[in-house]
Amino acid sequence: MTYLFAHPFAVLQRLGEHVELTVLALVAASAIALPLGIFVAKNERAGRLVLGVLNTVYTLPSLAVFALLIPVLGIGTLTALVALVAYAQMILVRNVAAGLRGVPRATVDAARGLGMTPAQSLWRVELPQALPVIIGGIRIATVTLIALASLAAWINAGGLGVLILYGLQHDDPGRAVTGSVLAAALAIGADTALRRLERRVRTG
Amino acid sequence: MIAGGVPVRLEEIHVRYPGADRAAIDGVSLSIEGGALVVLLGPSGCGKSTLLRTINGLVAPQSGRILIDGREITGVAPEQLRRGIGYVIQAVGLFPHMSVAQNIAVVPELIGWDAAKIRTRTDALLELVRLDPTRYRDRLPRQLSGGEQQRVGVARALAAEPRLLLMDEPFGAVDAIVRLALQDELRRIHEALGTTMLFVTHDVDEALRIADQIVVMRAGQVVQYGSPLHVLARPATPYVAELLDAADSVRRLQLLRSGDAMRPLPSAGAAAGWPHVDAAHTLREALSRLLDGADCVAVDRGDTVAGVLTFDDVRRALAAAA
Repeated sequence: MTYLFAHPFAVLQRLGEHVELTVLALVAASAIALPLGIFVAKNERAGRLVLGVLNTVYTLPSLAVFALLIPVLGIGTLTALVALVAYAQMILVRNVAAGLRGVPRATVDAARGLGMTPAQSLWRVELPQALPVIIGGIRIATVTLIALASLAAWINAGGLGVLILYGLQHDDPGRAVTGSVLAAALAIGADTALRRLERRVRTG
Repeated sequence: MIAGGVPVRLEEIHVRYPGADRAAIDGVSLSIEGGALVVLLGPSGCGKSTLLRTINGLVAPQSGRILIDGREITGVAPEQLRRGIGYVIQAVGLFPHMSVAQNIAVVPELIGWDAAKIRTRTDALLELVRLDPTRYRDRLPRQLSGGEQQRVGVARALAAEPRLLLMDEPFGAVDAIVRLALQDELRRIHEALGTTMLFVTHDVDEALRIADQIVVMRAGQVVQYGSPLHVLARPATPYVAELLDAADSVRRLQLLRSGDAMRPLPSAGAAAGWPHVDAAHTLREALSRLLDGADCVAVDRGDTVAGVLTFDDVRRALAAAA
């Protein structure tokens, strides 16, 4: 960890890149996953197909995905973002769908029976009740993305991975350990914070 | 609160669920008077819930007409239709993330009432179902007992002053004592508001206790439609007789009032030493007093003895009701 104290600003910059990459990927992934998850929950057969495709993407080795994307998008942050968003989809979509499917039938029946349109039932009743499960998905996706973002250094997208990669390649364990420990701390911190949020929105 | 209820007419309703080998509703026609409390009674799978759900458009019949207050519902947008019809289900279906007040306010908000009107209405409804507004308004459903939840469910269904209330086994999930209390409350609310109420149950005693009219159903068809006394005294088929245990005379006595069967006192002061029942009590209670060993029972109206009942009077009343 001596590297941290010797070069605090360089470390801080990598940490900032790491957080930025994770947050951008998370926001983009959530924006796609919410409608997709709603679709999966409401359309059983088509939903299985979507989950199957996302599952396949999820099982691909991450370095291979980076490699496959380079001919299309080149190297750099954009490529890393696309890969991270693709990975997060599986986790997020699955949880959005599971959260919505977990809403008791009686509750949905009551919402429709009282005269809510399908959209009103979704926004006022179903999504609020699915929220703990959805936030659970965001939590797992965040931790996964923080880990995966460490690999983004391979394709020149910055982040704490730069410290790890450089440290390993140049026999500089202090630098590698600094990057690793900070990435781990970031993941644990995010996990704890989101766990707390999850508990707070759990009502029923 | 406004009072009154709309008439409901069903004409030749047929419902068949996709993939089912027989019809869920097989040609049902019914005419329900405005302001009546009608119970749909039958075993599970007889189509009573399905029939109820055709009336608020949650189930679409393959054929037949449904008229509420003389107007056919097929032309109405289902959401618009449902906002004018109260709906209570067995599982209550309160929204767990909303407070009691927010749950009750759902339909008034959907139809655009202003906040002040909603608040007044919410408190009035909590009073109506006998929950203290200051104590219950801000509670979450999980902080309520089963009986309290169902009271809120009824309040929510009545929120936008519907003139028709549909209830699908609403008291099926609460224990027997609470169920009796809720049945009495429902009768009281029905008498206060005059809302047309359609109530689904498989519980014969519940049906006999609360109904103005009973619709007995079997295999998607209406087998008999009449007052509790009529259905008990003249079951249309052996199935109805068996379902209601109509041969049980004591059950029939539960539907008859002591005040209606009594004879005048033979002489003033004759009632000294007799056991007493109230004129509003059922003949079953009078019979119980007689079985305790008395020859005569005095029937009270208020503070005065109004008449007398003997074994013969009870038997005569039972025969007359048949």
